[in-house]
Amino acid sequence: MENTREVLRIVAVGHVDHGKSTVIGRLLYDTKSLPEGAIDKVKRIAKETGKPFEYAYLLDAFEEEQKQGITIDTTSLQFHTDKRDYVIIDAPGHVEFLKNMITGAASAEAALLIIDAKEGIQEQSKRHGYILSLLGIKQVCVVVNKMDLIDYNQGKFNAIKNEMNAFLKNLNVHPMSYIPISAFYGENLTTKSEKLSWYKGETVLEALDLFTQEEGLEAKPLRFPIQDVYKFDNRRIIAGRIEAGSLNVGDEILISPSNRTTKVKSIEAFVEKDRLGTVSAGMSVGITFEDEFFNKRGEVISHKKNAPIVADLFKTNIFWMGKNSFVKGKKYKIKLVTQEVECEVIAFNKVIDASTLGTYVNALEAKTNDVAEVTIRTKEKICFDKFADNQNTGRFVIVDGYDVCGGGIISGLVDSEGLIVTSFIKDEIKLPIDCFDEYYFDMNALEIKKDLLKATQYKIGDNVPFLGESYEYTKDFDVIALNASLVAKIRAGKLIDVITIGEYSYVDMTIINEKGFGINLTSEKDLLSYIDDYKEGNEVFANKWLNFTEYRAIKFRDGIE
Amino acid sequence: MDHLDALEAESIFILRESYKKLGKLGMLWSIGKDSTVLLWLSKKAFFGHSPFPFIHVDTKHKIPAMIEYRDKIAKEFNIDLIVHTNQEAIDAGMGPDHGRLVCCKALKTDGLQQVVTKYEFDGLILGIRSDEEGSRSKERIFSERNKDSEWDYTNQAPELWDQFKTDFPKGNHIRVHPILHWNEIDIWTYIQRENIPLIDLYFAKNGERYRSLGCAECTGKIKSNAVTIDQIIEELKHTTTGERAGRAQDQEDSYAMQKLRKDGYM
Repeated sequence: MENTREVLRIVAVGHVDHGKSTVIGRLLYDTKSLPEGAIDKVKRIAKETGKPFEYAYLLDAFEEEQKQGITIDTTSLQFHTDKRDYVIIDAPGHVEFLKNMITGAASAEAALLIIDAKEGIQEQSKRHGYILSLLGIKQVCVVVNKMDLIDYNQGKFNAIKNEMNAFLKNLNVHPMSYIPISAFYGENLTTKSEKLSWYKGETVLEALDLFTQEEGLEAKPLRFPIQDVYKFDNRRIIAGRIEAGSLNVGDEILISPSNRTTKVKSIEAFVEKDRLGTVSAGMSVGITFEDEFFNKRGEVISHKKNAPIVADLFKTNIFWMGKNSFVKGKKYKIKLVTQEVECEVIAFNKVIDASTLGTYVNALEAKTNDVAEVTIRTKEKICFDKFADNQNTGRFVIVDGYDVCGGGIISGLVDSEGLIVTSFIKDEIKLPIDCFDEYYFDMNALEIKKDLLKATQYKIGDNVPFLGESYEYTKDFDVIALNASLVAKIRAGKLIDVITIGEYSYVDMTIINEKGFGINLTSEKDLLSYIDDYKEGNEVFANKWLNFTEYRAIKFRDGIE
Repeated sequence: MDHLDALEAESIFILRESYKKLGKLGMLWSIGKDSTVLLWLSKKAFFGHSPFPFIHVDTKHKIPAMIEYRDKIAKEFNIDLIVHTNQEAIDAGMGPDHGRLVCCKALKTDGLQQVVTKYEFDGLILGIRSDEEGSRSKERIFSERNKDSEWDYTNQAPELWDQFKTDFPKGNHIRVHPILHWNEIDIWTYIQRENIPLIDLYFAKNGERYRSLGCAECTGKIKSNAVTIDQIIEELKHTTTGERAGRAQDQEDSYAMQKLRKDGYM
C-alpha cells in the first residue's frame, strides 16, 4: 500500500541567492512532482512581469518574495523517488529571516547545504552549518551550485570543498558528499552531467536516496510527558504523546518530578481498533492509572528504571532569534516538552559568532542570531535528558514576552549547584558575591562591561583575591550582604567567618557590599539605619549608601570587533 | 507506525495543545473532506467527546446538497454547530457578480470575523493543508491573527519542535492548522482507512465529480469516472492538475489567495 512508504524530511539551507529555491524548484520540475497549474501560474507571472521563468517561484509563493527575488518564509513541498517519499523544505538564506530558516530546518532529518560556486562560502553558509549542528541534523550533503558560472572548474570546486569541510569538521558535522551542480541547467541534479564528467559521485537525487531515516526512539527509555488530563466521562484519562520508548498495560510507572508510582490500568481510544495493549514513541495516546493522584500537564511518566533527570540547573547550547538580546538576570519562560516554567540565565559561558566561529569572551548577552553556551536555572525543577541521550526531551525553547525567541539543547548538568556562583561558604551557609568581578570600559562598544569569572567557592581559611585589576580592598575587610542578610569577615587575606547580619556589629575598617562597593558607614548607628533603609535594586538607596569608586575603578579595554 | 499513523498522531497532539493552551476555541467545518477528517480527528483526540463548538460560515451560495449533508452529520456526530451568515451582505445582494474576491471577502472572510467577534474566540481550528496553494504552504501550525483577523505573513513567529505560539495579546486569536502537513492523497487514504462518512459530491456521476467543494457558482467539477476511494486515489496519483483548479476565486489574480488570506480568509 502506497502509504506505508517511508517519508523523509530534508531541508535546503545556505546563503541568500545561492539558489536553494531554484535547486528545489528544478528538482520538483524534473521529477514531475508539480501540478500543471503550479507551472502555468509561474509562466503566467513571468509573462506578466516580463521576467524569465524562475523555478524558485514554484516555492516563493508570496508576491513580495517573487518581486524581490528572495525567500522570506519557509515552504515545504512533497515529491518522491522510487525509493521513498520526500518532504523538501525551502529555508530562507537572508540573515534577517534566520528565525524562519530555523522554523523550517528544525523539523528536518537531513539537509542540503547549498553554496554558490562563484561567490564561495559566505556568512550564512557557515551560520546555517552551525544551526544544523545545534538542531542535531547529522546527515548533510553539500551542493556547490552555479558551476556553469565558473566553467565547471574542478579546482575551484575542490577549494570550496576543502574550506567548508574544515569549518564543518569543527562543528562535528561530516557531510556525506559534496556535489557540483548547475540547478538552472539541471546538471547533476537528477541526471549526471557531461560537463562535470570529472565528478564521479552521485547526483543530488541519488544522494537523497542515500540518506537514512533516523530510528531508535522506540528503543530508548520511556518518556511520556502529560499533555492534559481529561474527565469527560467516568474515565480519568491522562493524555499525551509518547516521546520515547514504549508502554504496556500493567507497567509499573514513575511520575516525575512528583516521584509517585502506580500501574497503567488501561489504554483508551475512541475506536476499538486503536485500543492497543502497547503504545510507543510518536503515538498520541490516553491512559488510565490504577491509583488516582492529582496529575497535571508537564509531569513526565517513565519506568522506574531509567527515569529522566530532574534538576533546576543545566548547561545548554542556544541560538537566539529575538529582537531583544538574551540577557542575564531577566526572567524568561522555558518550554520543554509540555513543561513550562520561569527561568533565567545564570552564566554566559561563551557567546559565538556562528558565521566565523569567533568567540566573544566575557559576553554578558546573546544578541539576535548569536549562538551561545549558557547555564540556565529554572524556578522549579524540571524533567529532561541530555540532548545526546534523547533529542525530544533534551531540547527547549525560550519565550520572551509573547514570542519564542530562542531554542536550545541541553548539553549537561552543572557539576554542583555551589560551583556556579562565586560565593563564600561556611558549613551550610552560602553567601553569593560579585566583589571580585572586574569592570572595564569597552572602547569598541563604548560601554561599561563586567568580566565574568569562573565561579569559585571560598571556604573558611581560603585565600581570597583582595587585589584585582580593577579593585583594591585591604587584607582585612568585611562584606555586608543585605540581600542574603549575611556578613563575611576577611582577615589577613583569608575568609575567617560568615555570620548573620544580626550577629554583626560595626568595626572601623574596609567595609564593602557583596558587589565590592564601599558603604558609607562611620558608626554602629549608621549600620542600623543602613539595614533599616535597605531596598534591593533601589537607586535612591544605592546613591545614598554606596560608593562605586571607593575601592573600585573601571579599566579601559579594546573590546571585540 | 506508518506515515498515516504519524500524521494522525501529530494532528491529535496539535488538537490537544490548542484545547489546553487556547482559551475559547471553535473548529471550522466546511462539510468538505478535509474538515470532515479534522472532525474525525477531534473525536479521536478527545475520546469521542467534542469539547468545543463547530462553525459553518454559510454563504447561502453553497451547493444545496452540502447543507442537507451538514445537518445530517451534525446530528449523527452529536456536535454543537454554530451556523453563521453575513446576513447584511446577503440582504444587500452580495454574490460573485460583484467580483469573486469581493464576494469571498464579504461572505467568507467578514462572515468568519463576525463569528470570532461575537463568540470571542481565542482559537479557531481549520482544516487547511500546505499543498493546496502557495500562501497556505507558508503557514505555521499556530498562526496568529490580530483583532481584525489580519495575517502578518512577512513576520511570522518561529515554530519549532512542536512548541507553538500560545502567548499573544488579548483580542488577537490563533488559527490552528492540525492537518497542515497532510496532502490530498493522505486525506483520501485516511478517509478510507478510518471509514469516515463523506458527502457523495466527491464521487463521479455522469463522468464528473467535485475534487474540492465550495460555493455553487465558483466551484467546478472535473471529468472523472472515479466512484470509489480507491479510484479517486488512483486518479490523483496520475493527475497533473491542481486540487483547487476548479475554484474560480483562486484564478482571479496571481496572488488572489495571499490577498484574501492576509485579510483573514481561511
